[in-house]
Amino acid sequence: MENFETKVVTTDLLILGGGMAACGAAVEAAYWAKKNGLKVTMVDKAATDRSGAVAMGLSAINQYVGIKDGQNTLEDYVKYVRNDLMGVTREDLVASIARHVDSTVHLFEKWGLPIWKDKNGAYVHEGRWQLMINGESYKVVVAEAAKNALKAANGELYERVFIVGPLMDGDRVAGAYGFSVRKNEFYVFKAKAVLVAMGGAVHVFKPRSSGEGLGRAWYPPWNSGSSAYFTLAAGAEMTCQEVRFIPVRFKDAYGPVGAWFLLFKSRATNGLGENYMETRKNELEKWLPYGHVKPVPANLRNWLMMLDVMEGKGPIYMRTEEAIANLAKALPDPVEQKKKLKELEAEAWEDFLDMTISQALLWAATDVSPEAKPSEIAAAEPYFIGSHSGASGAWVSGPEDLQTSQTKGEYFWGYTNMSTVKGLFCAGDASGASSHKFSSGSHAEGRIAAKSAIKFIVENNTQPNVDMGLVEKLKAQTLAPVALFEAQSKKTTDASINPAYIRPKMYMFRLQKIMDEYAGGVTSQFKTSKALLQKGLELIALLKEDAKKLAAEDLHELMRAWENYHRTWQAEAHVRTILFREETRWPGYYFRADCPSMKDEWYCFANCKYNPATGEWTMLKRPIYKIVAD
Amino acid sequence: MPSYVNPEKCDGCKALDKTACQHICPNDLMVLNKAIEKAYNREPEMCWECYNCVKICPQGAVEMRGYADFVPLGATVTPMRGSDAIMWTIKFRNGSIKRFKFPIRSTPEGSAVPSGNFGEGSADLNSPALFTEPASLGLPAVATFKK
Ligand SMILES: Cc1cc2nc3c(=O)[nH]c(=O)nc-3n(C[C@H](O)[C@H](O)[C@H](O)COP(=O)(O)OP(=O)(O)OC[C@H]3O[C@@H](n4cnc5c(N)ncnc54)[C@H](O)[C@@H]3O)c2cc1C
Ligand code: SF4
Ligand code: SF4
Repeated sequence: MENFETKVVTTDLLILGGGMAACGAAVEAAYWAKKNGLKVTMVDKAATDRSGAVAMGLSAINQYVGIKDGQNTLEDYVKYVRNDLMGVTREDLVASIARHVDSTVHLFEKWGLPIWKDKNGAYVHEGRWQLMINGESYKVVVAEAAKNALKAANGELYERVFIVGPLMDGDRVAGAYGFSVRKNEFYVFKAKAVLVAMGGAVHVFKPRSSGEGLGRAWYPPWNSGSSAYFTLAAGAEMTCQEVRFIPVRFKDAYGPVGAWFLLFKSRATNGLGENYMETRKNELEKWLPYGHVKPVPANLRNWLMMLDVMEGKGPIYMRTEEAIANLAKALPDPVEQKKKLKELEAEAWEDFLDMTISQALLWAATDVSPEAKPSEIAAAEPYFIGSHSGASGAWVSGPEDLQTSQTKGEYFWGYTNMSTVKGLFCAGDASGASSHKFSSGSHAEGRIAAKSAIKFIVENNTQPNVDMGLVEKLKAQTLAPVALFEAQSKKTTDASINPAYIRPKMYMFRLQKIMDEYAGGVTSQFKTSKALLQKGLELIALLKEDAKKLAAEDLHELMRAWENYHRTWQAEAHVRTILFREETRWPGYYFRADCPSMKDEWYCFANCKYNPATGEWTMLKRPIYKIVAD
Repeated sequence: MPSYVNPEKCDGCKALDKTACQHICPNDLMVLNKAIEKAYNREPEMCWECYNCVKICPQGAVEMRGYADFVPLGATVTPMRGSDAIMWTIKFRNGSIKRFKFPIRSTPEGSAVPSGNFGEGSADLNSPALFTEPASLGLPAVATFKK
């Protein structure tokens, strides 16, 4: 094997990831670090200008509370999130983000993100909480502020370094290890606190398109469960690992529907022209009190649609032609009408071009004129994105001042956004039970977590010990796929087919097939049961054994090997948690066919924990305490 | 393949310190074939069609051909990204063309001031206020639950 140099970097705060949460963390940490004479280091597997879920851009900021203008209160936002998640929400965490998110949005605007304004200079809302933006360069602008902040504080940014796992000093995190995907370099980062913000996971489940379109999942193919793996491997308690997210989007290219539903007031109907939100209204009675909430929770809207699909009543259409006709009708003057239609057309296309260009390409390739004919929508495969309408992530402490006497003992342990592992902080998709933070809330949460991490460092200012003997073992383990390929690949005439190893892509397909068929993926109509899940776990155990035989031809494939290993852990945590929760609570996310309804005894958080010393998993219930009255 | 490179236009970014498309691809897909000094997408089925390689290429050498397993042939969507706006040209399968231009940022590139010039807050590590707060909130203090 070619020589891999070991690079050791010693720092105070280590930020893992370079997405929305990490960039928020960098901006905030840089300020407090400079004040306290500390060093901040950020590590991203890609180029921060265009990394993470916002790499392409976005057309809306999905969380803006509007507190200064009296539009909404913290309590309003908490109630919205609680109801959308069928009651399972850490209200202290949601409020913590909601009280800072507006500040983050105001910064975005100063940095140069164009936010739409109306004639009076007020932000243009897409919906109650959403702001319209010209967001092609959203990530570029946010990354620029993060990089400028790091530079001013003598911080460092490592791009193209893939983080594999945590380094521990007993019960305290001591850093992270990984490798460069550009040069033969193995990295050891030693830190006093670590902030995990490596996003969520996709390609754990089989996508609907499995040819060239494999990469066109709704969620970007480059986030592969590294946050979940890192926190699990450190021994942190995890929450809501069952709460995956299934977005309903324009079919195949997964273009956004938010502008159509919220801004253009469009309806969706089935192949017979029926509106399932009306014809299936009675079904909502089975999911009370959430079935009566307005807006109807995302997963219940999904569910009503899925019932139509399961009865063969597809395709499901977004009635774009109807929505445009209605909007035009509202303006009797033909000149005004023409102007309005032109505006709407540009808005509709920008919605795609800013964040899902493939959808524009698909509409152009199928000659779609939205004013003339409706377009199909469909439920995507499941993803793990705790910052959006899912909730998976680590179980973290909330801020002290938002606790009640009841919640304090359960939800607070010293440092806001610290996981149950000392010195290990999480934000964005990496922290759980605080969904609906989206791009803006993730950035705000990164800031909250970073400030808290600096406080932790100031109060625990010792460099944890890193066992360099163990590091040598981790290095050999990290590079093992390359060594295996070198040793074995010449023993058959086709390096792809060799009984001594498995290549990362086939390993990924194996994982996806297990998850699809046993854990309620697309081809199982999102349904599963105890028996199916148990069988799935058996197959995951075999897959994990074979993970030791992953082989990689080069650094790129080595990254793929570790990405898929991370996915496996996200998969296992998910399967164990849906198995543990013996009810169906989010029918439009997954359906436990053997426990088809919601049960009072499962009004709680389902948490899990992996013990790195023994290899055992523990499942536990944690109470839900409301802080905001109904 | 989703993104593809026109060999007549690609010059391997010889004049730059790094290969632009390879530098920017979030999924590490674009790579330079050193033998011929041309870039290519090494794993097209892992491409998100995020267009970052297309937007960044100084030669305009990277284009997009929709995913062959569900996108009919014949359409193109082509960006021209400037310093403050992006211009899109959409060519439909039936030959018709639409053009749109949208702003991308309102400040000069590189100028983002981390504090947004909101000034510093109380500089108290124990308060919930972030470093630009409460000024950046537009409120006298960080909000809390109504007691
Ligand atoms: C298709 C889509 C549409 C969306 N639309 C909207 C919208 O309109 N409005 C809105 O407000 N929000 C939207 N969101 C949500 C928003 O994008 C996320 O909430 C936000 O990006 C989460 O931030 P994060 O920092 O947790 O993750 P990300 O921003 O995804 O960042 C993850 C970072 O981790 C890095 N990384 C991953 N693994 C590793 C590793 N092993 N080593 C090193 N680095 C690693 C990545 O390179 C990246 O920098 C959308 C999300 C998606 C997927
Ligand atoms: S950025 Fe363009 S010119 Fe440079 S290597 Fe890539 S395709 Fe070729
Ligand atoms: S479109 Fe995006 S994912 Fe595809 S090769 Fe280009 S930069 Fe990479």
